[in-house]
Amino acid sequence: MLKTEPPLDVVVVGAGVVGAACAYYAARAGLAVTVVDRGPVAGGTTGAGEGNLLVSDKEPGPELDLALLSLRLWRELADDLGAAMEYEPKGGVVVSSTPAGQEALRAFAAQQAAVGVVAEEIPAERLQELEPHLSPRMAGGFHYPQDAQVQPALAAAHLLREARRLGAKLITGETVRAVRRRPDGAVLGVETDRRRLDAPAVVNAAGTWGGELAGLAGVHLPVLPRRGFVLVTEPLPRIIRHKVYAADYVADVASGSAGLQTSAVIEGTPGGPVLIGASRERVGFDRTLSQEALHRLAAQAAELFPVLADVTVMRVYRGFRPYLPDHLPAIGADPRVPGLYHACGHEGAGIGLAPATGLLIAEQLTGKQPELDLVPFRADRFPAA
Amino acid sequence: MPTSPSDVPRYDLAVIGAGPAGLAAAVTAADLGLRCALLDAGRQTGGQYYRHPAPGLGAARPDRLHHGWSAYTGLADRLAAHERAGRVGFLGGHQVWALERTGDGYAVHVTLGPEAADRATVPAAAVLLATGAYERQLPFPGWTLPGVVTAGGAQAMLKAGLVLPGRRIVVAGSGPLLLAAASSLVTAGAEVPAVVEATAYLGYARRPGVLAAVPAKLVEGAGHGSALLRHRVRLRLRSAVVEAHGTDRVTAVTVARLDADWRPVPGTERRIDCDALAVGHGLLPQIELATELGAATRTGPDGAVALQVDARMLTTVPGLWSAGETNGVGGADLAIAEGELAAHAVADRAPRPALVRRRARLRAFAELMAAAHRPGPGWTGWLRPDTDVCRCEEVPVARIREAVEELGAGDPRTVKLLTRAGMGWCQGRMCGPAVAWLAGSGEPGPDRRPFACPVPLSQLAAEQRAAAEG
Amino acid sequence: MRRTPAELVGAEPGPAHHIDFDGRPVPALPGQSIAAALWADGVLAWRTTRVGGRPRGVFCGIGACFDCLATVNGRPNQRTCLLPAEPGTTVTTQEGHGRADLAI
Ligand SMILES: Cc1cc2nc3c(=O)[nH]c(=O)nc-3n(C[C@H](O)[C@H](O)[C@H](O)COP(=O)(O)OP(=O)(O)OC[C@H]3O[C@@H](n4cnc5c(N)ncnc54)[C@H](O)[C@@H]3O)c2cc1C
Ligand SMILES: Cc1cc2nc3c(=O)[nH]c(=O)nc-3n(C[C@H](O)[C@H](O)[C@H](O)COP(=O)(O)OP(=O)(O)OC[C@H]3O[C@@H](n4cnc5c(N)ncnc54)[C@H](O)[C@@H]3O)c2cc1C
Ligand code: FES
Repeated sequence: MLKTEPPLDVVVVGAGVVGAACAYYAARAGLAVTVVDRGPVAGGTTGAGEGNLLVSDKEPGPELDLALLSLRLWRELADDLGAAMEYEPKGGVVVSSTPAGQEALRAFAAQQAAVGVVAEEIPAERLQELEPHLSPRMAGGFHYPQDAQVQPALAAAHLLREARRLGAKLITGETVRAVRRRPDGAVLGVETDRRRLDAPAVVNAAGTWGGELAGLAGVHLPVLPRRGFVLVTEPLPRIIRHKVYAADYVADVASGSAGLQTSAVIEGTPGGPVLIGASRERVGFDRTLSQEALHRLAAQAAELFPVLADVTVMRVYRGFRPYLPDHLPAIGADPRVPGLYHACGHEGAGIGLAPATGLLIAEQLTGKQPELDLVPFRADRFPAA
Repeated sequence: MPTSPSDVPRYDLAVIGAGPAGLAAAVTAADLGLRCALLDAGRQTGGQYYRHPAPGLGAARPDRLHHGWSAYTGLADRLAAHERAGRVGFLGGHQVWALERTGDGYAVHVTLGPEAADRATVPAAAVLLATGAYERQLPFPGWTLPGVVTAGGAQAMLKAGLVLPGRRIVVAGSGPLLLAAASSLVTAGAEVPAVVEATAYLGYARRPGVLAAVPAKLVEGAGHGSALLRHRVRLRLRSAVVEAHGTDRVTAVTVARLDADWRPVPGTERRIDCDALAVGHGLLPQIELATELGAATRTGPDGAVALQVDARMLTTVPGLWSAGETNGVGGADLAIAEGELAAHAVADRAPRPALVRRRARLRAFAELMAAAHRPGPGWTGWLRPDTDVCRCEEVPVARIREAVEELGAGDPRTVKLLTRAGMGWCQGRMCGPAVAWLAGSGEPGPDRRPFACPVPLSQLAAEQRAAAEG
Repeated sequence: MRRTPAELVGAEPGPAHHIDFDGRPVPALPGQSIAAALWADGVLAWRTTRVGGRPRGVFCGIGACFDCLATVNGRPNQRTCLLPAEPGTTVTTQEGHGRADLAI
């Protein structure tokens, strides 16, 4: 017999950073929320990546709108939780190695400026002022003061702790096995391996496994895994001030190619290690360490920061980004199933985009007009396979 | 032999670890016609048990620190003969950081130390993992003080460097290594005021039949016993060091009696002055190279996770074999037997039935001993909120409890992400068991460490030289 | 007089040389690790921790715990229990990460 619980307003499936943000904003809006995860908090992709909160890598469009809203929300959250989440408004520096590359950056920054992204061109001779250890061989760069950073697992855990202070419940170690629906299709709640949770709304924050959860609710959502590795160095003093990456990164992020792509994004952390990430390739859920990916990340890092050639790599993170074919997440009510909301598929930007996602979902749940147009994020935009 | 492993055609077998298991495997495999590489992070063969002084120290009687030294010299002589004949290449100073499966074999990725500019890769058709074990530690207040060392560490520093951490050394923890360490320490001139053992050794006594089947073990136990008697070393059973005292180094320890669950019994504390403490709670198989490839594991009766192997010492990963402590802790004799068995299997030759029986007997004894020394759940009773659990990142008990009770961590990985416990240089080797206990998940799961050791970034960045195929 | 480890194994080492520890000569026997030479000289700690500034030295003795790190010949974070004490080796007590020179 499954345990039953008092009825809720909403069940959030997934205790990654996105589920945590959904729970936080829903609880803040006064809803009775329960979060369920089959593992621990941050046991999915949230615990396997970096915490870059970037606008610098996004071209104007729905994702950038989401990122700008999210960065504002991160700043608000940081008032109380900043230290606990290791929030650092450190800014980003994008560098180019050739004059042509710098010209491309210039054009990109000009487009971004139109929608509110701040970027300052840094000529080659001034790059060392920003980053003293940067290779002198760069052609120039752009400084993006809005880029920031959190420690993702801490961010998820502290958002959830706040949600619980506001009355939310957290259930870990239970898998959602069914999404219960009325004969007319509307959501009634979920069943885990141990209990039944009744609620008129279910939020799919199952990350890379969001497609499976959608399947439990009877709808198609093609979330795919895109593997990434991050190199983690020995603890170091602050040797890198910003998040620094080379211009090709933007092209890699936007690419639909399944092949291995690497363009190192490098940043320090309050804990000491420097993170060098990340690679991208579509190989299913294959966990095999890719020697080629490690090699390329290391080589690129040493090229950007020659000083890194002298440090030691202690471990790697490896994770599977939740990937949708058009690189946009699925956010909001699913028109096909009343009561089903999606908050998944954020690919390599889920940490950055989590607060905005949570806020928009909470707005929809409470019948408010969402702050952003959610049409580009609708889950039914993909034709069934 | 060519000097650079990358220049040689691929080996039939790469044996990782030149302790009793790996040495026995390499020479046996070579006897049976295989071309082997024998790799070890250290510069000498011998592993933990047969650790011995470097030639420069001119030790005339290294056997005085070992039981069964002749077994080692026998293996070492056979190795030397095979090396001269080009059948085995001993690659000392080669620390393996990852195994990669290539089409029909393996690339063994090696770091040659911090100075090396290149990365090295040894190609082999099959790999035998004989990487041994490291000691299991359970933290207690004061365990990070200088002068507090592991029992095996004291043993290793003595056997290789002929040095002691102090003059008056308390030996504590649980397991047979304590007796071995205490016996070496007193024989080498230290005073050992007490050997403090958490269990009552009852596990062995209950099954005398198994003990009787392994006479060598008894002789060895008696050997330790007589040295300890001769030096009037007091064995305190059902007790533990619950605190080490001192400011910049250990000056005394507090010992308390334990109940059957290993909970310290209030009012039984007594202080023992000392200038060093050698402590350990048995051993943990060092298996991350295999678990990274998805090899299946089993949890032994001591709670330690070991590789799952079949009767031929084959893991669940094709072409990946394992012998010795990696299959569950059992000592040097068992390691040798398993190394020989594995070598036969790799060479596709039937082993002598006596060898198969011997291995079974020794393994049974090992399992029995392991069960006797499994930590009891009450050990956390000697922790204090400010006791560092993670030595590297200096994470105290209180932070771990906060992560578990308030932040939703229920397993070691999440505790690590939320507190940094286990993220430091040792990658959780020292704090792993304790973090798992405190996370409420009981014993740790299989080690997951993509890198078996730190690797200089320059070596990752260096081009991977194409290794010639044989 | 109690026996020493060297007497126990009948050691007749080659002539002792010196390593430099924080500017002071420390004798070492051929084949000893840096950590062994320091122990023989009564030194148990040659590192302070990153967070608490606490002293550390050898713990595991076999290269597994990384507590015995020191700056050796100018290179930080070296495991002294593994590295040989060669003539002229310079060992410096390592503070924290040992990389203060890189800080910006
Ligand atoms: C190498 C790498 C680097 C990255 N770097 C960045 C970066 O710098 N910045 C950035 O913004 N993003 C980055 N990302 C992406 C980011 O990590 C993800 O987009 C984000 O973590 C997704 O969060 P999530 O909450 O949606 O998913 P997850 O964290 O995966 O959470 C989903 C949860 O759902 C649970 N779940 C699934 N199915 C069920 C079920 N049936 N029942 C119960 N529970 C279920 C899972 O257990 C999991 O905990 C990176 C990713 C990788 C791999
Ligand atoms: C510190 C310590 C001291 C011990 N002292 C004693 C004792 O005094 N008496 C006793 O009975 N038992 C002792 N033991 C128990 C010991 O494990 C066994 O008796 C026996 O040595 C096990 O043999 P083995 O071949 O399985 O492994 P080991 O003897 O441990 O040999 C493993 C070898 O693999 C090498 N290795 C490990 N990882 C790598 C890698 N990634 N790359 C390259 N090489 C690698 C190591 O350097 C080592 O030489 C001790 C154990 C430890 C940890
Ligand atoms: S003492 Fe543990 S690594 Fe040297």
